[in-house]
Amino acid sequence: MAAMAENYQFPQIGDEQIKLLERLSNACAVSGDEGEVRKIVLSEVRPHADVVNVDALGNVLASRVGSGDNRLKVMLAAHMDEVGLMLINNQGDGIYRFETVGGISASDLAGKAVWIGKDHIPGVIGIKPVHLAHGDSYQKPIDVDDLHIDVGPVAGKEKVGDRATFATTFMRLGPSLRGKALDNRLGVATLIELVKHAPPNIDLQAAFTVQEEIASRGARVAAYAFNPDLAIILDSTPAYDLPAWETDENDRYNTRLGAGPAIYMADSSTLSDPRLIRYMIQTAEENKLPYQLRQPGGGGTDAGVIHKQREGIPSISVSVPGRYHHSPAAIVRLSDWQNTLTLVAAALSHLTPALLASDR
Amino acid sequence: MKPLIQKLVETQGPSGYETQIRSVVRAEVEPYANELKVDALGNLIVRKGEGGTDGMKIMLAAHIDEIGVMVTQVDENGFVRFTTLGGVRPYTCVGGRVRFLSGAAGVISMEPLDDLSRVPTFEQLYIDMGYSNSAETPVRVGDVATFDRPFLDLGNRLVAKSLDDRIGVAVLIETLRQIKDTPHQLYFVFSTQEEVGVRGATTAAFGIDPDLGLAVDVTGTGDTPRRTKVRMDVSLGKGPAIKVRDGGMLADRRVVDWMVKGAEKLALPYQMEILEGGSTDARAMQLTRAGIPAGCLSIPCRYVHSPSEMVDFTDVQNAVTLLIELVSHPVIL
Repeated sequence: MAAMAENYQFPQIGDEQIKLLERLSNACAVSGDEGEVRKIVLSEVRPHADVVNVDALGNVLASRVGSGDNRLKVMLAAHMDEVGLMLINNQGDGIYRFETVGGISASDLAGKAVWIGKDHIPGVIGIKPVHLAHGDSYQKPIDVDDLHIDVGPVAGKEKVGDRATFATTFMRLGPSLRGKALDNRLGVATLIELVKHAPPNIDLQAAFTVQEEIASRGARVAAYAFNPDLAIILDSTPAYDLPAWETDENDRYNTRLGAGPAIYMADSSTLSDPRLIRYMIQTAEENKLPYQLRQPGGGGTDAGVIHKQREGIPSISVSVPGRYHHSPAAIVRLSDWQNTLTLVAAALSHLTPALLASDR
Repeated sequence: MKPLIQKLVETQGPSGYETQIRSVVRAEVEPYANELKVDALGNLIVRKGEGGTDGMKIMLAAHIDEIGVMVTQVDENGFVRFTTLGGVRPYTCVGGRVRFLSGAAGVISMEPLDDLSRVPTFEQLYIDMGYSNSAETPVRVGDVATFDRPFLDLGNRLVAKSLDDRIGVAVLIETLRQIKDTPHQLYFVFSTQEEVGVRGATTAAFGIDPDLGLAVDVTGTGDTPRRTKVRMDVSLGKGPAIKVRDGGMLADRRVVDWMVKGAEKLALPYQMEILEGGSTDARAMQLTRAGIPAGCLSIPCRYVHSPSEMVDFTDVQNAVTLLIELVSHPVIL
């Protein structure tokens, strides 16, 4: 007799959850250096999970065993890392050359304040000032090699190899949230809530992964270790929902703010399992939740490596839409976050092995 | 064998949505299987033979998926924008017809081009399904379609969509039917999601953990008119091709020699294949777990990834004869 999750209460986003997201957003965790976020995750999930491990690559793997028979092993993955910068050359006088880690456009960098390392040492990304530009030199595209990070200098502890992120402080803007690294601290915050409020009908396998922004390296080994029956990946995907687009109907918006959780059908690395697509849509409609179908096309999530692990793992991604990802500040709607959390919680609470036995 | 080929190419199975073609293949192979299963990614896996002291575990793979398109947007006037599943080329789309899994159909056209000498981009293409607004248009974001083109029998040359790789599927089915005795455990894998990056074969190979892997897939040819200098050394009608390398792998030298010796023993025509771009399920097999010897038996095919791919029927029959010979005897690499 499977334990049905009839008395299961869907988790809610309140002040406490927003404060946690604020801490996660303000933390620095560029790919390969996720310690600051990992520390927060560990302290949040340890009291609730049955088993918590940090694996060799730095993934946090937290399991919560359900009750009753015929429980599916469900892997939920959210990446902890963010895109950022790495100091590569000390030029003296507090000036460093750097390279980008993950997908960042050089045009987003010039003039921005940054935090370096776990101590958040302040710096600024410098470029030749417009006063000194002549001819059309300042109209040319910016190259990362034209830029440097300047830390003052003070007797700082920064060194070559340290990572840097944009120095953006999280804040609430009416119905929206603004911050850096909301791709994917939103997913991390969502997954923390699901560990705290795991429905009893499944064995929940939470993977807080590393190195997603540089080809999903952490998720690959996490999926091997968990070997789940299916996987749901929690991420945040760009919204480019500007009102008009070259005066015609915007046909490449990817997702839209305020339209609810974005369900993936296809991106460059995954074709979502058709059974899971139908199930997520059905769950949204039965619970009267807004949802949107992310425009199929490019991009990718941890699903790309997870679904191909071992003998194959049926997978789907669900994202909170966000404007201006991989830039100093993104904007997301609080309602989209709540609806994403509710949709995934509702889907989990009714999952049975019958879904995977059904025709795809 | 032609009726089987026609049935296979006229069934739909875009990558990730192989349900229809899988059930057609399943009906063909079930009577011959010692064991049959569908795995988590939808691969249909059929075992034939119990193995023995001289036997190996051999994985034979042909993919059941085909290239197609997926809806990205239905605009307010009912025009349908799309992205591709697998290696679709824009110049093979214009004027073509597509059919959705629901049966709904449409025609692909394009926005007016500023420069007629240039190939349109996918952003300039759309599907017209004959409706005037988004509400009536019977598809939505995420729906998938395949190119719609009937089978054409030109005698010894066969033309159809999705001969890549339904012709390989037909070769495996025919081999399974005709094989009398094998010392091996033969795993016939009708794989999914090959066209988007050999994904199905990746997980099937992990599950089977074979000793030897052989893909049966199509390869390009160099026997058509061209003004470029590069000319591939494969022609229609000169026998099945034995892959030496492609864009994703170097075939195992021993597997290549095994196939060459088999063809020479039967005095079958064969040709050596060096393909510059693209790859097959053999790559996924070669790289599974700790690695296995792997190769590919290729069916020469003109106009690959167009709605009118062409193969030579004698090549196909010779591929079946060669494959039966190869897997009927102990393999010494």
